[in-house]
Amino acid sequence: MTAQPNLQAIRSAGEAHEAVVTSVDLRREIEAVEIEQVLAQLDRELIGLLPVKTRIREIASLLLVERIRRKMALATTFPTLHMSFTGNPGTGKTTVALRMASILHRLGFVRRGHLINVTRDDLVGQYIGHTAPKTKEILKKAMGGVLFIDEAYYLYRPENERDYGQEAIEILLQVMESQREDLVVILAGYGDRMEKFFQSNPGFRSRIAHHIDFPDYGETELLAIAELMLVEQNYRFSPEAREAFVRYIALRKAQPLFSNARSIRNALDRIRLRQASRLVADIDRVLTSEDLTLIEAGDVLASRVFSGGSDAPIKQT
Amino acid sequence: MRITQGCFSFLPDLTDDQIKSQVQYCLDKGWAVSIEFTDDPHPRNTYWEMWGLPMFDLRDAAGIMKELADCRRVYGDRYIRICGFDSSHGWESVRISFIVNRPAHEAGFRLDRQESVGRNIRYATRSYANDRPEGERYQSR
Repeated sequence: MTAQPNLQAIRSAGEAHEAVVTSVDLRREIEAVEIEQVLAQLDRELIGLLPVKTRIREIASLLLVERIRRKMALATTFPTLHMSFTGNPGTGKTTVALRMASILHRLGFVRRGHLINVTRDDLVGQYIGHTAPKTKEILKKAMGGVLFIDEAYYLYRPENERDYGQEAIEILLQVMESQREDLVVILAGYGDRMEKFFQSNPGFRSRIAHHIDFPDYGETELLAIAELMLVEQNYRFSPEAREAFVRYIALRKAQPLFSNARSIRNALDRIRLRQASRLVADIDRVLTSEDLTLIEAGDVLASRVFSGGSDAPIKQT
Repeated sequence: MRITQGCFSFLPDLTDDQIKSQVQYCLDKGWAVSIEFTDDPHPRNTYWEMWGLPMFDLRDAAGIMKELADCRRVYGDRYIRICGFDSSHGWESVRISFIVNRPAHEAGFRLDRQESVGRNIRYATRSYANDRPEGERYQSR
């Protein structure tokens, strides 16, 4: 639509160079990078997380505009893309980071679009002189993609002044500043501890452009997540089991060590275990696919949570 | 005398962008890229010093270019080459190697002839630079 007058404008101006564009068809631009598919997939596969999705859409729009500005030679510096994801365990930080990598890749802000997932152990060495090569090796692996540092606050241990974490932090900060076009760093962790981490390392806060907070899931969202997980594995709840699971979520959520979607996945794993042993207990029956997919109320109700026990990760039910 | 070893050595020296795209080619093939340097470029000296370990599991050439810049900073007066090692079954060897850094002045080689029994002649190639101790061979005088 706008492309044709644009072409005429160039012709009439007698410009030979095509490198600098003067106007851009936004729709075509969006279709060219196929960004909508990634965002739609995000909407479809991730339940809840509305503020996160909104922020990601905002960032995607910002980057799209930035991309067009670069085409028009209006942007002079490379934007800072480092992010921090804060939220409780199991709220989808890693999953979103993976999507972020592919969004950045489609928009051309990282060259390869892979995600390297590391924790303190991968960056910090065990003796003097071990940390720098280790951190640098990880950074080299992450070049052209996204480096995701889970539980980033463990890098900084104020109680031990000889801790090697500080060395890793310094190398990280240096690369985050000087090689912004080569890699994007995403720090993740619990909200309050990340806040403390940023306070003691102001260098990080100033180098991070986007802070995204991941809220806890509501009970209905957790149920929707459970059903999505079951559908993916070709299982389904019977109506009574579904009702029992609603009660399970309410009870489990009040217990300590509840980690949102991850707890739900663990609960489902245990439920599948109980379903399997229920099926195997009766040797003489003929199993149909219906039997194999259906989860009965008994499978859910056998959980320790209902008898006042804990369903924390360490204990088996 | 300009030394011609490995790929591209009859071409003008590669620019950093050209090196980067060659390295990216290696990485896209799944080869492990390593950086090596020496000040004894005798054709039979196949074992150059390693600048760190071969870099496995890299996706992008930027990391290697960073290492190359570091290596040049320290050994800019020596020969530096980049090797691509293919670990896949049946190959398990270096698939490509090319020189990415040369000393400002390349001294070249001298051919020694030694007359031995009968009318036999033994030949030896000797680098002029090797008259000086290791580490000082290509420093500007």
